[in-house]
Amino acid sequence: MTSLIQGAATAPFGGAGSDVVPTSHSPSPIFSAEAPLPLELKDISLRFGGIHALKSVSFDVRPGEIRAIIGPNGAGKSSLMNVISGLYSASSGEIRIGGRLLHRLRPHRLAGLGVARTFQNLALFPALSVAQNIASGLAFRRKVSLGAQILGLPQARRENARVTARVNEVAALLGLTGLLDRRVSTLPYGVQKQVDLARALAAWPHLLLLDEPMAGLTVTEKAAMARHIQALRDDLGIAVILIEHDIGVVMGLSDRIVVLDYGMKIADGTPDAVRRDPDVIRAYLGTDAEAA
Amino acid sequence: MTSVADFPVGPAPVSRRVLGIGAVLIVAFAVVPALASPYVFDAILLPFLALSLAGLGLNLLTGYGGQVSLGSAAFMAVGAFAAYNFQLRLGVSLPLALGLAAATSALIGTFFGLPSLRLRGFYLAVSTLAAQFFVQWALNKFGWFSNDSASGVISAPKIAFWGLDLDSSAGRYFFALIVVTLITVLVWRLVSGPEGINLNAVRDDETAAKVIGVPVLRTKLAAFAISSAIIGVAGVLWSFAYLRTIEPEGFNLDRSFQILFIVIIGGLATIRGAFLGAALIVVFPLLLARVSSALFGGVIDAGVLKLIEQIVLGAIIILFLIAEPNGLVAILDRARARLGRALRRD
Amino acid sequence: MMDWLNFLFGVEVAVGGLLSGVMYALVAIGFVLIYKTSGVLNFAQGAMVLFAALTFVSLIERGVPFWLAIVFTLAVMTMLGFAIERSVLRPLTNRSPMVLFMATLGLSYVIEGAAQLIWGTQVHRLDLGISNEPIDFGGIYVSQFDLAAAAIAAAMVAALTLFFRFTRTGLSFRAVADDTFAATAVGLRLNLIRSTVWTAAGFVALVAGLLWGARLGVQFSLSVVVLKALPVLVLGGFDSILGAIVAGLMIGASEKLAEVYLGPYVGGGIESWFAYAVALVVLLVRPSGLFGTKLVERY
Repeated sequence: MTSLIQGAATAPFGGAGSDVVPTSHSPSPIFSAEAPLPLELKDISLRFGGIHALKSVSFDVRPGEIRAIIGPNGAGKSSLMNVISGLYSASSGEIRIGGRLLHRLRPHRLAGLGVARTFQNLALFPALSVAQNIASGLAFRRKVSLGAQILGLPQARRENARVTARVNEVAALLGLTGLLDRRVSTLPYGVQKQVDLARALAAWPHLLLLDEPMAGLTVTEKAAMARHIQALRDDLGIAVILIEHDIGVVMGLSDRIVVLDYGMKIADGTPDAVRRDPDVIRAYLGTDAEAA
Repeated sequence: MTSVADFPVGPAPVSRRVLGIGAVLIVAFAVVPALASPYVFDAILLPFLALSLAGLGLNLLTGYGGQVSLGSAAFMAVGAFAAYNFQLRLGVSLPLALGLAAATSALIGTFFGLPSLRLRGFYLAVSTLAAQFFVQWALNKFGWFSNDSASGVISAPKIAFWGLDLDSSAGRYFFALIVVTLITVLVWRLVSGPEGINLNAVRDDETAAKVIGVPVLRTKLAAFAISSAIIGVAGVLWSFAYLRTIEPEGFNLDRSFQILFIVIIGGLATIRGAFLGAALIVVFPLLLARVSSALFGGVIDAGVLKLIEQIVLGAIIILFLIAEPNGLVAILDRARARLGRALRRD
Repeated sequence: MMDWLNFLFGVEVAVGGLLSGVMYALVAIGFVLIYKTSGVLNFAQGAMVLFAALTFVSLIERGVPFWLAIVFTLAVMTMLGFAIERSVLRPLTNRSPMVLFMATLGLSYVIEGAAQLIWGTQVHRLDLGISNEPIDFGGIYVSQFDLAAAAIAAAMVAALTLFFRFTRTGLSFRAVADDTFAATAVGLRLNLIRSTVWTAAGFVALVAGLLWGARLGVQFSLSVVVLKALPVLVLGGFDSILGAIVAGLMIGASEKLAEVYLGPYVGGGIESWFAYAVALVVLLVRPSGLFGTKLVERY
C-alpha cells in the first residue's frame, strides 16, 4: 500500500486530509490541515438552448470524504458530473480543483489534475483485456516516446514495468487479479463495473467521480462495491463524489449529501440532516407529501 | 462468473504463434522463391506484398484507430513520387529514398489528418477524400513531380543499391519482402504496446478515452502519420517493384477503395487480416479469369469479365460485413480450431 | 466599361455556378432522404443515379415512349430500393453506421457493374428536348438548360416537401427520422417506411440521372456525381434537405468562381478538390455542417 500513497504524493495537488487517513499510513507533509479542497463549485449554471439544467449550484468536497449527489430523475445530477469532468462547460460559475481556479476545464486535462471518473453506462474498451483497460487510465502519465516503445528501449521497458506494477496493485485491491488477461467484453456486468472503477483508480486520483456505480448490480455485488468505495476513503484518503439512485446505499456510505431538484441545490448536509429536510421529502415524494 | 471463465479468448499461445510465424517466414523467404516462376513473382507476389503493406497501414488507422480513410491511394502516390524525386534530385540510395518517402507521406498524412481532431464518422471519412483528389490533382498538374515527362508516366529507377542488383523478378520480390517483414514487425510492436491501447481506446469510446487521460489528439495524429508513412512505402513498392512505372492514375479512388476492401475482407484490427485480404483481392480476378476461360472458353470478353469481377467483389464486401464482420482472419481461426479439435479427438 | 464587363462576367460565372450547385444538391437530396431514416450514408446513391439514367435511356432507345419509360424506370428503381432494403440493410440492423456505409460502398460496385452489364458500357446520348442555348438577361448569359434543370429540381423538392408534410407515409417518415425507437414503439411499420424512402431516393436518382445524363451523356462516369454530392452533404449536414440545397448552391458558386479567378494562378482543374476544401474549412468551425443536427453524447 505504501507505493500507492507515494503515487498520491507525486500527483499535482496536495492529497487527502489527515483527519480521515489513519496516521499509520504516512506522515507526509501533504496531509496537512490546510490542504486545498479537492473540489469547490461556486454558482455553477448550465444552459442548453432554453433548458436550464443547473441553476447556481455551489458545494465543496473535503479531502477524504464521500460526497453524494442525489435527486429525482432529470434533477441535473449527470449534468453536474459532466460539468465537473469538463464534458460540458458551465454557462457561469467557478470550478476549483485542488484549490486551482479553472477558467476553462477541458476533459483531457482532468486526469492530470488528479480527478478520475467512472461512467454510468460503462465506457470500457471492450476489445482490450482487463489489464489493458486499467493501464489505459495511466496513459497520461507515460513519458517515453512512441519510437522508444516500438524499439523496446530500456526506458520503455522500465515504464511498462511501472505501469504493470500499478495495474497489478489496483487489480489486487479490487479482487481482479485472476481476470487481468480476460477480454473485458467476456466478463459479466458486475465485474465490468469493477474494471471501470479500477481504471479510474489506476492513476491514483485525489478526487473520484462515481456515476451510478451500483446501477445494474446484484445485492451481493452492491455490498462489495460499497466496501470498495469505503476502503478508498478510509485506507487511501481519496475524496469521492457519488451519484447513486439506491438511497439506502447513499445514506449508509456518504459523509455529506447534496440534493438537487430541477437543477437547483435544495439541501446539503449529513445523511441524517438530509433525511429530515422537508424540501427533500417534498422533492422525492412529490405532491403526496404536500397533500398530507 | 464461473460461467464465462471457460470462454476461449485471445490469440493462440505464444509458443504456437512463434512456430506459425516461423513457418510463414520460411515459406516466404525460402519455399516460395524456390518454386515461383517470374509470372508468379510479377503478377501475384509483388502486387500482393505492396497491397498487403498498404492494407497494414490502413488497418492501423481504420481497424485499430477507428478513423475511416477513403484516401489511402493518395499516400501511395505521395510515397512513390517522393521516392522517385529524392532519388532523382538528391541521388540518394533506394533505402534512404524509402525512408524519406515514408517521412514525406507521414508529413502530408498528418496534415490531412488534422480534420480528425474536430470531425468524426462520415464527416471525417468524406474529408479524407480531399487528400485523394488534391494529391492526384497536384501530381497531374505540376510537371515537376514527374520530371516534366511528356506522358506523365515515368519508368521507375532500377532496384539496385549498395552494390546489390535486385532488378530481377526474384530480386524485387526479396526487396519487397524484406521491407514488408520489417514494417510488419514494427507495426506488431506498436499495436501490442501502449500505443495499441491508446488506439483502441480512441476507437471504442473517444469521450471516455479523453476523460481518463488517453492523449486522444496525439494518438489520432500519430495514427495518421504512421499509417500514411506505411502506405507511402507501399506506394514505392507498388510502383518501383511491381509496376516499374510511376503514374498518378494508378493511385485513384478505386485503389483507395481496394485497400479499404482488403482491410474489411481480411479483418479489421488484425495484422494477418491485411495479408489475407490482399491475397484474396489479388488472386480473385486471376482466378475468375481462369474459371471463365475454362468454362466458357474465351466467349466472355475482358470488359464483361471486368464488370462481373466488380459485381462479385461488391457482393463479397456486403457478404463479409453481414456474415463475417471479423473477416478472413476469423474464418481461418475457426477452421484452425476445428482442425485442432478433430486432431485431438483422433 | 471594362470593369462593368468584368463585373457582368463575374455575375454570369456566379449564376452559372449556382445553377450547377442545384445539380449537386439534386444528388445530395437522395443521400439525405436515406440518411434521415436509416442513418446510412448511402454511397451507392451515385450508382443509383447511373442505374436510373441507363435504364431510362436504354428504354427510350428501344422506342419506349417518354412517359412510359419514366414510369417503368421508376418501377425498376422501386424494386431496386426494396431489394437493397431487404438484402443489405435489414441484415445489418443495429450495426455501426460505418459498417452500413461500407456495405453501400460494396453495393455501389454491384449496382454500377450490373447497370453496365445489363445495358452495356457505351455512352448514350440523352436528349430531354431542352435547348442548351444561353438566354440573355441584360448582358448576363444563362444556360436555358441549367434554368430548366433548376426549375425541375425545385419542382421535385416541392413535391417531396408536400409528400412529407401531407401524406400519411410522409408523416411517418418524419416520425422515424426524429426518433426511430419511439416510432417503432407506437407501431409505425419501419420496414415499409424505409422501403418507401428508398423508392423516393430512387425517384430522386432518376431525376438527377436524367438531368446529369442530358448534360454529360449517360455513361459510367455518371456515378461519379456522388463525389460532387459528398462535400455538399458534409457542408450542409447529412440530415438536412435545406442544408443540401444551400450547401449545393454555395459550393456550386464558389467552385466556379474559384475556377475562373483562382484557377489560372494554380494551373486550373481545381474543381476536383475545391469543394472539399470549402466544406472542410466550414466544418472546422461547425463540425456538423451548416444545418446538421449536432451530436450530443450522453455520459
